[in-house]
Amino acid sequence: MRSSAALVSPPPCPAPDSGATGAPADGRAAGSVAPTVEATVERGPREVFCGLTGIIWLHRKIQDAFFLIVGSRTCAHLMQSAAGVMIFAEPRFATAILEERDLAGLADANDELDREVARLLERRPDIKLLFLVGSCPSEVIKLDLSRAAQRLSAAYAGRTRVLSYSGSGLDTTFTEGEDAALAALVPEMPAAAPDAASSLLVVGTLADVVEDQFARLFAALGIDSVQFLPSRSAEALPSVGPNTRVLLAQPFLAETARLLEKRGARRLPAPFPLGAEGTTLWLTAAAEAFGIDADTVERVTAPGRERARAALESHRSVLAGRRVFFFPDSQLEPALARVLSREMGMVPVEVATPYLHRGLMEPDLALLPEGTRLVEGQHVYEQLDRCRAARPDLTVCGLGLANPLEAEGLTTKWSIELVFTPIQGYEQAGDLAELFARPLLRDGLLKV
Amino acid sequence: MRLTVWTYEGPPHVGAMRVATAMEGVHYVLHAPQGDTYADLLFTMIERRPSRPAVSYTTFQARDLGRDTADLLCETARDACARFKPDALLVGSSCTAELLQDDPGGLAKALGLPVPVVPLDLPSYQRKETWGAAETFYRLARALAGPKAPPPGTKRPPRADGVPPSCNLLGPTALGFRHRDDAKEIAGLLADMGVRVNVTAPLGATASDVARLGEADFNVVLYPEIGETTARWLETAFGQPRTTTVPIGVGATRDFVREVATLAGLVPEPTLAALAPRLPWFSRSVDSTYLTGKRVFVFGDATHAIAAARVAADEMGFEVVGLGTYTREFARDVRAAAKGYGIEALITDDYLEVEEAIAEARPDLVLGTQMERHIAKRLGLPCAVISAPVHVQDFPARHAPQMGVEGANVLFDTWVHPLMMGLEEHLLGMFREDFEFHADAGPSHLAGAAGGRPAARDPSVRPGTEPVPSSVQPSPSPEDAAARHPAAAPDSPAPQGSVWTAEAERELNKIPFFVRGKARRNTERYATERHLHTITIETLYDAKAYFSR
Ligand code: SF4
Repeated sequence: MRSSAALVSPPPCPAPDSGATGAPADGRAAGSVAPTVEATVERGPREVFCGLTGIIWLHRKIQDAFFLIVGSRTCAHLMQSAAGVMIFAEPRFATAILEERDLAGLADANDELDREVARLLERRPDIKLLFLVGSCPSEVIKLDLSRAAQRLSAAYAGRTRVLSYSGSGLDTTFTEGEDAALAALVPEMPAAAPDAASSLLVVGTLADVVEDQFARLFAALGIDSVQFLPSRSAEALPSVGPNTRVLLAQPFLAETARLLEKRGARRLPAPFPLGAEGTTLWLTAAAEAFGIDADTVERVTAPGRERARAALESHRSVLAGRRVFFFPDSQLEPALARVLSREMGMVPVEVATPYLHRGLMEPDLALLPEGTRLVEGQHVYEQLDRCRAARPDLTVCGLGLANPLEAEGLTTKWSIELVFTPIQGYEQAGDLAELFARPLLRDGLLKV
Repeated sequence: MRLTVWTYEGPPHVGAMRVATAMEGVHYVLHAPQGDTYADLLFTMIERRPSRPAVSYTTFQARDLGRDTADLLCETARDACARFKPDALLVGSSCTAELLQDDPGGLAKALGLPVPVVPLDLPSYQRKETWGAAETFYRLARALAGPKAPPPGTKRPPRADGVPPSCNLLGPTALGFRHRDDAKEIAGLLADMGVRVNVTAPLGATASDVARLGEADFNVVLYPEIGETTARWLETAFGQPRTTTVPIGVGATRDFVREVATLAGLVPEPTLAALAPRLPWFSRSVDSTYLTGKRVFVFGDATHAIAAARVAADEMGFEVVGLGTYTREFARDVRAAAKGYGIEALITDDYLEVEEAIAEARPDLVLGTQMERHIAKRLGLPCAVISAPVHVQDFPARHAPQMGVEGANVLFDTWVHPLMMGLEEHLLGMFREDFEFHADAGPSHLAGAAGGRPAARDPSVRPGTEPVPSSVQPSPSPEDAAARHPAAAPDSPAPQGSVWTAEAERELNKIPFFVRGKARRNTERYATERHLHTITIETLYDAKAYFSR
C-alpha cells in the first residue's frame, strides 16, 4: 500500500507574518501561536477534481475573460460534467481538444492554437483577457503555453491580453486552479507608487453579493481604498505595491500570496471570513492594519454579528454535538471545521484537506479543538475505511463518494456546494450552517 | 485541434467504465491523473448508483512523471485485486496516460495476478465513449469466452429436443439511456415467446456469465453501437446468429418478434396476437388528429434516431424533416434511413451544427438528446429526449423502457406531452390578441414551460449532471425572461407599502433569481409589520436573518 503516514513540520510556504489579529472570544490569540494541531500526510489514490474546475466560477467572476483549455476530450467532458447546470448563458470557456494529428506532429500544435484563438476572438470581440489553460496532455507533450501566450499577446496587443496557467491534474487539485489563474494575473497588476496611501487588497473569488457586503463594511470601518482580486473586469486590475495590505478571502491562494508579497505587498494573517467569529477576526485584522480602533470595529460589526448570531442559533440545535468527517476537496476544510466546532458545537472527527498551507491556515488551525485529526493529502480507500469505522453523523465529501456513503447509511454533505454557494461573511453565516444542517434534518424527516 | 464547449460523448475510457460498472466482479484499473476521477460522479449522481463505480485510478501526479508511473500502475493493480477480489481485471489508460506509453496492460499481465487480466487499448485521441464501451465488451468477451470456442469451422450442433431456445441480450451498460428498463422489458417479451435468456451482458453479468456467452442459440443485440462488435465475433467463433432489428416502436417490436421466432425456430403468430400496445389506438383516437404532419427533427445515437424516425412517421403520423446522429461509426445506416424520408442525414458531433440545422428546419417537435433539449429550449420548440447523452431525469424511478410494448406506450406519452393540445392550439390561433397568449405562452398543462426559463430553477436538477449547450447568441438571461413575462414574474414589486431604496433594490437583484421573489416578499412583509416606510439594505438583511430563524 502506498500510504505513508508521517507527522511533518510545516511545509515551505509563506510563514505567517508577525502581528496578532485580535483576540477571539475565548482569549486564545489567533495567528500568533505555535502550530497546535499536528497534520498527518497521506499519499495514495485520490478522489478529487483537477484545477480546471476552478474555471466554472472564475469565468463568471471575471466578466470579460475567456478560458481556453488546451486539452483532451476528457478535459472537455470534466468541464461539462462538473459545470452542468450552473451555466445559464454561453459559458466563457471552451476546450481546444488535441487530436491524433496534433500528437503525431502532422499538425503544428502552435499553428493550430493560433488558428483557434483567431476564430474565437473574431466570434467574441468582447473578450479582453484570454487565459490559455494547460492540462495534463498539453503538459505531457510539453506544449509551451506561456510562450504561446506571449506570442498571442503581441499579436493582439491593444485588443486582448493573453495569459497562461496550468489547471492540469498533474499539478493542481480543484481550487488550486484559481490560485494558478490569479498568480498569472499578479505580474499584470499595475505598480502602486511607493508613496501611495495604504490600500487593502482582498484576494480570492467571492460572490458579487458578498464582495459588496465586505466593501460596505470596510467603508464603514473607514478603510477607503479597497480593491478585489479577481476584479469583475480584467481591464480594471488592482494595483499593488509596498503599501498594499493583502487580506486573503480564500485559503487556497498560496502562490498568489507569495507573488503579491514579492511585489512588496504585506499579507495580513487572519482566520478566513467564515462564520461570525471568522468574519469578525478577518475584518479586525484589516482594521488593525489601518489603525482603526477597537470601538469602531465593535460598532460597525455589531449589527452583522447580531444577525449572524441569530441566524446561526436556529441551526445549533441540529448540529451541536454531532460528529463531522471531512474528505479533502477545496482546502476550505480546516476553516469550515473551525466554524462548525466553535460556533455550532460540532465535533470534527477527521479534517482532511488536499494541501495544507500552514502559513496561511495557522490562524484557523489554532482555533481547532485539540485532538482534531488533521490530514493532508489522501489515500481514498484508507480514508473510506476510517470513515466507516468512525461512523460520523455527517460526512463532507465529493460527488463521487456521497451517494455510495449514503447507501451505506452515512449522512453526507456534498462539498462542491461549499465552493459554489456564497458562504462568507456575516449575512451568509446562517446559510453556511444550513448547508450542514439540511442533510441531518432531511434524514430526520424521511420515514422510508 | 478542435474547439468545443459541449460534447455528445466522453472519452473512450468512460465507455470502458460503463462496461465495468455495469458488471458484477469486474474491476477496471485506469492509469489516469487525479482529475479524471470526476467520471465517478456520472455514475453516482446522474445514474444515482448506490456504490462507487468499479474503477481504481492510479492518480499519478507531476512528481511521478518520468520516474515511477509504471510502478504506480502495478501497485494499483495489486491493490485493486487485494481490495476488491475481482474475477477479471480490465487495465487501460486515459488520454494522459496514453501519452506516457507505460503499456499498462502489458505491465499488469506480467504481475502474475490471480485473475484474468484484459488489457484495453482505447485510442483516446481518435475514438470516443460509445466505441470504448463496444471495444471493452468485445475484449472482455474474447478473453473470457474465447477459450471455450470450438475449433474454427465447427458446425453448431442442433439444439436438443425438449430444450427451450435460448439467447443472450447484448449491449446494455451502466449510464445507458433506459438500458435498465429495456433489458427487463425485452427479457419479458422473450419469456412470453418461450425463449430463455442465457446471459444479459454487460449489465448485471459476472465474469463467468460472460464466459458462458457461447452456450446460447443466438444473440439479441439491443444496442448495436455497443453490442454489435461482440455479436459479430460470437457469430464467427460460436456460429451464433444475431438479431438486427431493434424493438423500438410497435412495428419494430413486431418485426423483432418475427426475427426472434425465425432464429429460435418458433411460430410468431401467438406472440404477435397477444401483443397489446396502446400506442396504435391512442394514435387513431380522434383527438390525435392534430398530430398529423407535425414536423419532427430527430437526432441521437444511430439506433435511437433511426427507430424514432420510423415511429414518428409510421406510428404517430408526423413528418420527419431532419434525421441525424453523432455516432459516426453508424453513419451509413442513418444516411440510408434519411433517404427513405427524402432528406439528407446530418452526421456531426458539433452541437452548433445541430442547432443550425434545427433552426433552419423549423420543426414542431425535436426528438433528441439532452443537448437538443437545450437547443430546443433556446429556440422555443417542444422537445422529448430519445437518446444518450443522459441526464439525471433520464433515470426515472418508474419502469420506463423505450423498447417493446411498454416502450411504445412510453414513446407516445413522452412525445405528445410537450406538444400543445389540439383545441388549445386552435384557441391560441383565434385569440392571438389575448394578453395571456403572448408569443412565449406554453402548453397549459406544462406549468412554467414558457420559453427562456432556465432549467436551473428546478431544484431537483442537481449540479454536475446537466450538459447545457451554448449557442452563438448568448441565451436569454433569467432577467430577460422575467422581463418578458411581467404577469408571471415572481418578483414584481408590491403595489403599496414600503419603498425600496435604489441601493436595496440593486442588492436584491444580486440574489439568485429563483429565490429573489421570496426574498422580496419576505422583506416587504417584515417592513410592513414593523411600519418601516423605506427598505434599506439593512432591512433586507434584517428580514433575511429574521426569516431564517
Ligand atoms: S486531470 Fe488532467 S486530463 Fe483529466 S480533466 Fe484534469 S487536466 Fe484534463
